[in-house]
Amino acid sequence: MKSFTYERADTVAAATAAFARAKDARFIAGGTNLLDLMKLEIETPAHLIDVSRLALDRIDATPEGGLRIGAMVRNTDLASDTRVRRDYGLLSRALVAGASGQLRNKATTAGNLLQRTRCPYFYDTNQPCNKRKPGTGCAAIGGFHRLHAVIGASDACIATHPSDMAVAMRALDASVETVDAAGKARVIPIADFYRAPGTTPHLETVLAPGELITAVTLPKPVGGTHIYHKVRDRASYAFALISVGVVVQKDGTGRVALGGVGYKPWRVSAADAELPRGAKAVTAALLDGAKPGHENAYKLPLVERTLAGVLAQAKG
Amino acid sequence: MQTPAEFELSRRGMLVGGAASVAAVTIPPVTAAPTRPATPPPATAKVAFEVNGTARELEVDTRTSLLDALREQLHLTGTKKGCDHGQCGACTVIVDGRRINSCLTLAVMHEGDKIVTIEGLGTPDKMHPMQDAFVVHDGYQCGYCTPGQICSAVAVLDEIKAGIPSHVTADLNAAPKVTATELRERMSGNICRCGAYSNIIDAISDVAGVKA
Ligand SMILES: Cc1cc2nc3c(=O)[nH]c(=O)nc-3n(C[C@H](O)[C@H](O)[C@H](O)COP(=O)(O)OP(=O)(O)OC[C@H]3O[C@@H](n4cnc5c(N)ncnc54)[C@H](O)[C@@H]3O)c2cc1C
Ligand code: SF4
Ligand code: FES
Ligand code: FES
Repeated sequence: MKSFTYERADTVAAATAAFARAKDARFIAGGTNLLDLMKLEIETPAHLIDVSRLALDRIDATPEGGLRIGAMVRNTDLASDTRVRRDYGLLSRALVAGASGQLRNKATTAGNLLQRTRCPYFYDTNQPCNKRKPGTGCAAIGGFHRLHAVIGASDACIATHPSDMAVAMRALDASVETVDAAGKARVIPIADFYRAPGTTPHLETVLAPGELITAVTLPKPVGGTHIYHKVRDRASYAFALISVGVVVQKDGTGRVALGGVGYKPWRVSAADAELPRGAKAVTAALLDGAKPGHENAYKLPLVERTLAGVLAQAKG
Repeated sequence: MQTPAEFELSRRGMLVGGAASVAAVTIPPVTAAPTRPATPPPATAKVAFEVNGTARELEVDTRTSLLDALREQLHLTGTKKGCDHGQCGACTVIVDGRRINSCLTLAVMHEGDKIVTIEGLGTPDKMHPMQDAFVVHDGYQCGYCTPGQICSAVAVLDEIKAGIPSHVTADLNAAPKVTATELRERMSGNICRCGAYSNIIDAISDVAGVKA
């Protein structure tokens, strides 16, 4: 690991100001992703700004009837909140399907959204990887790609986003609240938060350097049956091959988002509209334009079958 | 004619010469070694926390994980390093009442925290009920994962009591129960290469007062 200086921020303004002052700084929250990557020198910050103690650890009701989740709320606390369990079950389910009890106790709402891909070549510093080192190529294209994206990828990168929580946030129409170094706040719909890889896969979100996530808000509850189904190589403590998150209403309408298929949680409004017609129609609309390779083509039928199971379960 | 002594000498000379010539090929001469810029001393910082009820103050390289601070500086070697990447759970400790992976957190981030390690749960003379149960149920073989398993197990029972749901909790709005299925899921962050899993579940069930 490269040496770095460390400071703890007490306020949001102090954190963003510290970032503007320092060279090559990074915020650190739970540290469960950033430290992992620093040990491998995939991330090499010169200065760490500890934001884990900012007073952003509350979940408050919004005037609109939704919830405002502080950026530093731990994954365990978010999954256990009685309002989340009652009204946003999909979010609880997605959270407890991810990582381990120990990791969820540390992982934060903001850090979870910003965790980086689990592409094995991104982790192997001996391999070319445009995301880790722009311009070096992509070892996954033509290499081992069983875990990789089937849709939305580019010739530069076929990595998936690994977060389970983000899939639920996408299905629930969450928004990300941020503040930049100048103190300017903005709200980014989760649908617009992640950037397509294109020719610049190292740029993963629309956040500017030093822009701090302060909260994630959920609109008022939509009711319905909430199901998150994650398919993985072992029954627990493994990343998703694919995952399906749904909210289904009594009349069969609803919303669906996928994990493990692209660079962001995958949701398509035309596919939501197909829900009353069943898994085949929904999958066709969701994965229209998919370009899988020979090792990950299994993800297409797997999505359809998993969705069929989930929709049957929703009917009860 | 060569006397045996002369032969010995020359053979030794040959061997030495041979070794020297090999060395000349593989080891670059000292003078040709690339000059490295002097590395600046690593950044350090002070941190104070409580470990097993005792106040501790340390000056650490900022890169020091909580795990390395416990093992290398405080010599509390009960906590183990398995993977150093959050994948095995051998380093599990309890911080402010919650289990975490001590390998994926910086020591400097724990100012003022209360840390409990396996040494703080109990001692050989006065074992914690969970430690006792692991002995009774043979919940280990090599023992390397055991401190992490025990810290995790103690916290798992508290988490169920606090109503924290898991992946296998059937009803999100009901209080989770202590069942073998719940324990297996909640303990999945602790890997055991020896495969002592079923006895570990027996030990935890015993402490919780349920049948595995
Ligand atoms: C073994 C293992 C298994 C895992 N399995 C899963 C899994 O199955 N599913 C899953 O979804 N996840 C999984 N994870 C990933 C885990 O969920 C993430 O590591 C965690 O959510 C990251 O949160 P954090 O707070 O620790 O982030 P950190 O590591 O602190 O930060 C991550 C990134 O976010 C930035 N950041 C943090 N806070 C802010 C902020 N407020 N504003 C702006 N930037 C910020 C940091 O600079 C950094 O770049 C796993 C991790 C491990 C180690
Ligand atoms: S898929 Fe993306 S992350 Fe993986 S090697 Fe290619 S460029 Fe790197
Ligand atoms: S050493 Fe920390 S999880 Fe393996
Ligand atoms: S007892 Fe050997 S690794 Fe668990």
